[in-house]
Amino acid sequence: MNKARFLVVFFFGMLMVLVVLPEFMHQDPLMVNLKQKLQPPSVDHLLGTDGLGRDLMSRLVYGGRNTVGTSLVILILSLGVGIPVGIFAGYAGGVIDRIFMRVSDSFLAFPDYITAIVLTGLLGPGVINLMIAIVAVKWIAYARLVRASLMAEKDKDYIHSARLSGVPSVHLVVKHLMPAALSQLIVVATLDIGKIILMIAALSYIGLGLQPPTPEWGAMLNEGRAYFHNAPLAMVIPGVAIMVFVLLSNLMGDELQDGLQRGQKGEQNHDHS
Amino acid sequence: MMTKLGRRLFEFILFIFLLSLISFCGIKLAPGDAVRQLLRVDDVAVTNEQLEIQRELMGLDKPVMIQYVDWLSRFIRLDFGNSYMTHQPVTQEILTRMPATFLLTCTSIFVLMGVALPLGMYSALHPQQWIDRVSRVLAIMGASVPSFWLGLLLIEGFSVRWPLFPSMGTGTFWHLVLPSLTLGLTMAAVYVRLIRSSLLQSLTQDFVLGARSRGVSRARIFFFHVCRHSLTPIITMFGISVGSLLGGSVVVETIFAYPGLGKFVIEAIHNRDYPVIQGYIVFMGAIIMLIHMLTDVMVGYINPEIRLREGRP
Repeated sequence: MNKARFLVVFFFGMLMVLVVLPEFMHQDPLMVNLKQKLQPPSVDHLLGTDGLGRDLMSRLVYGGRNTVGTSLVILILSLGVGIPVGIFAGYAGGVIDRIFMRVSDSFLAFPDYITAIVLTGLLGPGVINLMIAIVAVKWIAYARLVRASLMAEKDKDYIHSARLSGVPSVHLVVKHLMPAALSQLIVVATLDIGKIILMIAALSYIGLGLQPPTPEWGAMLNEGRAYFHNAPLAMVIPGVAIMVFVLLSNLMGDELQDGLQRGQKGEQNHDHS
Repeated sequence: MMTKLGRRLFEFILFIFLLSLISFCGIKLAPGDAVRQLLRVDDVAVTNEQLEIQRELMGLDKPVMIQYVDWLSRFIRLDFGNSYMTHQPVTQEILTRMPATFLLTCTSIFVLMGVALPLGMYSALHPQQWIDRVSRVLAIMGASVPSFWLGLLLIEGFSVRWPLFPSMGTGTFWHLVLPSLTLGLTMAAVYVRLIRSSLLQSLTQDFVLGARSRGVSRARIFFFHVCRHSLTPIITMFGISVGSLLGGSVVVETIFAYPGLGKFVIEAIHNRDYPVIQGYIVFMGAIIMLIHMLTDVMVGYINPEIRLREGRP
């Protein structure tokens, strides 16, 4: 459990760095200075400059705000859409549930990347459309997870007795049914932070996401590509940054999952004894 | 078995129908005027008269319902119209690029299996030894690396600094090396762990003990009994990831300027070439659905438990 706690603290620490650091930086990530292009690291430019003479360090930090920030917004939106739909489908059951399952089946048949690329393609490149496209891909998993957990839980005795004693439906869902789904939701959401970051970066790399000159890690890799030979840092650093965040999200998710399984096993053993 | 196949076929037709509806609505909802888009591609000034004529020609002046029926009837004949970019029929354009993408997918699967099978098997047979630990680290790293970044690093390493392989285009076998490594290696990460855990789980089954007590050799048990038992989750996962491979190929084809379907659709998106995007959605949907069906049939064939359970009334 200590390892999980450490990872979570570390992750939030990195987030804080992205939030706080720009306040202390004096370089403008958008300022072009062709005289200063492709500079090696120096006191003025801690990581050197890119092909247009923009300060890499500040682009990296502001880019992180954009990449990671956008991924968190997308995650929250996906949860915001997925959870209510899942509750509704699971609680209503019957025809509504069957329609939901059919629709989500056909959505899930398509690989994430193809759906997201085609959707941004149809809507046009840009941040808002990118967010719509990824939310459209991601909400389904949450809705299905909540629905499955609700289905498993709603016929248990304690729910029946709560209902018999006159507990209103809303209260039942919020106080009893949702907590059962919560732990699993947290695990999936943690793993998804990384997946969403990868997706934003890939789409921005091919020019469908955040538009230049806005700093974004995937787009920065695209810009740095031409100068790999003269300024390798411009290609290496954003990639490493993406990897670190995705790695953190994967490790955190794995660790939480393990903890969850251990917890469930412990509960079962307890039941048997 | 037959009724199951029939049901799958019905589902398939329903899915394709739904797909046609979705791709039709998608185009209708997309911003921008398709007529303007078509005429703008040639980069000449457009008069209102031309717009009207083209609109009538494309049947865009009719009510939406009629337009959909028109689109559906052409859809059944696999006619998606002409590409705005090349002025060639979309179906033909897609079919000429299909083999290249298919080839890349196959070589990537080859890389994927070449890495994941030995590592996964060895890790399962010798858990907690150093290869297992290394493969665990590699797996989690591999799942975190952006595939396009890996592709760029491979180009820099093996094409620019150390010119072993060509970095873009197609033609020879060597052109396939770097793209398939990029796609295969990032996907292999997940498989190493999946194969390991699946094999480990099979190794603890009762039938292993049974076979050992009958004096069957360890190697035979592993390769014939355990491996077969482990195949079910691996094949299921495989069916899902062929789709992801096709999705990943979009990015990888763009990096390596590989003239496949993925690169074509990105070009189409940048040029707002709607007929091509429509055609792409339908083709991909059909292929992915077919692969899912194939996976189901194979799993049923390999795992008698599932076959028998579903055979019963």
